[in-house]
Amino acid sequence: MEHIIEAKDIVFEYYNYDENGEQKEAITALNHTSVSIKQGEFLVILGHNGSGKSTFAKQLNGILTPKSGTLFVKGIDATDPQNIWEIRKEVGMVFQNPDNQIVATVVEEDVAFGPENIGIPPKEIRKRVDEALETVNMLDYKRVSPNQLSGGQKQRIAIAGVIAMKPECIVFDESTAMLDPIGRRQVMATMKKLNKEYGITIVHITHYMEEAILADRIVVMEKGEVLLEGTPKNVFKEVETLKRIGLDVPAATYLMYLLNKEGFQFKSDVLTAEEVAQELWQ
Amino acid sequence: MLRDITIGQYYPVDSPIHRMDPRAKILITFAYIIGLFFINHFIGYGFVVLCLYGTIQMSKVPIRYMLKGLRSILFILLFTVALNIFFTQGGRVLWSWGFLTITEQGLIIAAQMACRLILLIIGSSLLTLTTSPIQLTDGIENLLNPFRRIGVPAHEIAMMMSISLRFIPILLEETDKIMKAQMARGADFESGNIIRRAKAMIPIMVPLFISAFRRAEELAMAMEARCYRGGVGRTRLHSLHYEKVDYCAFVLASLFFIGCIIL
Repeated sequence: MEHIIEAKDIVFEYYNYDENGEQKEAITALNHTSVSIKQGEFLVILGHNGSGKSTFAKQLNGILTPKSGTLFVKGIDATDPQNIWEIRKEVGMVFQNPDNQIVATVVEEDVAFGPENIGIPPKEIRKRVDEALETVNMLDYKRVSPNQLSGGQKQRIAIAGVIAMKPECIVFDESTAMLDPIGRRQVMATMKKLNKEYGITIVHITHYMEEAILADRIVVMEKGEVLLEGTPKNVFKEVETLKRIGLDVPAATYLMYLLNKEGFQFKSDVLTAEEVAQELWQ
Repeated sequence: MLRDITIGQYYPVDSPIHRMDPRAKILITFAYIIGLFFINHFIGYGFVVLCLYGTIQMSKVPIRYMLKGLRSILFILLFTVALNIFFTQGGRVLWSWGFLTITEQGLIIAAQMACRLILLIIGSSLLTLTTSPIQLTDGIENLLNPFRRIGVPAHEIAMMMSISLRFIPILLEETDKIMKAQMARGADFESGNIIRRAKAMIPIMVPLFISAFRRAEELAMAMEARCYRGGVGRTRLHSLHYEKVDYCAFVLASLFFIGCIIL
């Protein structure tokens, strides 16, 4: 499969300034990070606060540009400021706070905001808005004010706003962090649908393990570096490594880990309760 | 208390008024406001009330929505009325005490002033209740476009307006939340004189401002991520066209305007 995103040796620093505007210190958020993302992949990036996962996500559509390293999105050089708008058409982004990313006061007008910005003709915008709302199951709400919606619904509107621009890849920057369990489930279902039915590459940044299970591949970040990388089963097997950096593992995996520590010989790469049941049965 | 402000709140129903071109609505609202200032007796106000009532009925927005908006200007209203009652001289003196006198003329002018203010607010809130902020913005941007050559940032003004309209209810809700949080910890916003109450508001303003700036930053990022780069090269979901309903409205508005001048 072709790589849609190729990041090599990316370094990014945040600077703190004192009162005189002099640079006080530099904090390295990304330290020679290299991640490649395949077309059509569902990738989850895990890491606790300050691990650089959000900073990495913001590189992918040019909100932040790396200090050094190379970043190619669909073969376009994303470190060149001239390509920035081209990149943003290909890589959409859904943020954490649903309120702070909705621009308009009517749902359909918000969904139209992106296509309007890239100069799509009005008739085509109309079509795209309806399709996008249909995809996220929010067509019934198209004339409603976003203030009347729940968190999960608002987040789906934000997703519709991104898919109306027809990107190849959508980055979810902790988009489920502020939602209740129901909202989270709705957003996750939408993500999976976009990935499976529409072939959109999904990069999902989260610290919920039960969401990470759904991924094709997981990247665990710590201190701006990639610590682990692989399928959910392979990553969650590393219970001790994950616990050391303060991350949880799914309850099922943890149970197996504890049992094995007591001397049992179970498979350690289980993720769900069903798998546990099956394993214990045998 | 904070949710009473209806100015800038869109009431989404389908009506001929809602379907009108925002430019037409803005121009007509302007004509309405100017017309209102031509009127200086009660028959005229009766005429305006009738026309306004008809328009509100047509817009399918419940009247109580309009009246709720009035509550927020109650203080200004009372203040204006009081000023007019006490400081307009002329006509028969009805009552006097010390330096305060109430004259017939004063009462009449105060009543007219009140009518004018109330009608002004109701009329202009009809515009924002029936026009979605983005439409309103489109309308304003369109009407300002000719002035762009002399340096009026039409698109930027319009964008700023629509965003502030979008965030008014959110910030109000947040203010409510902060107030409740402070009240839960023993803050007292209701008692004491004005200075004391103003001081009690400071712990609300600080977190509110910080949060507003944070929101602004996030929103800017989200907008840029969706390829926003100012008004150049933008298209619109709803491009503006004058339709039959707008021409009808223009004719009716002209009649109204002439009516205002004659009466």
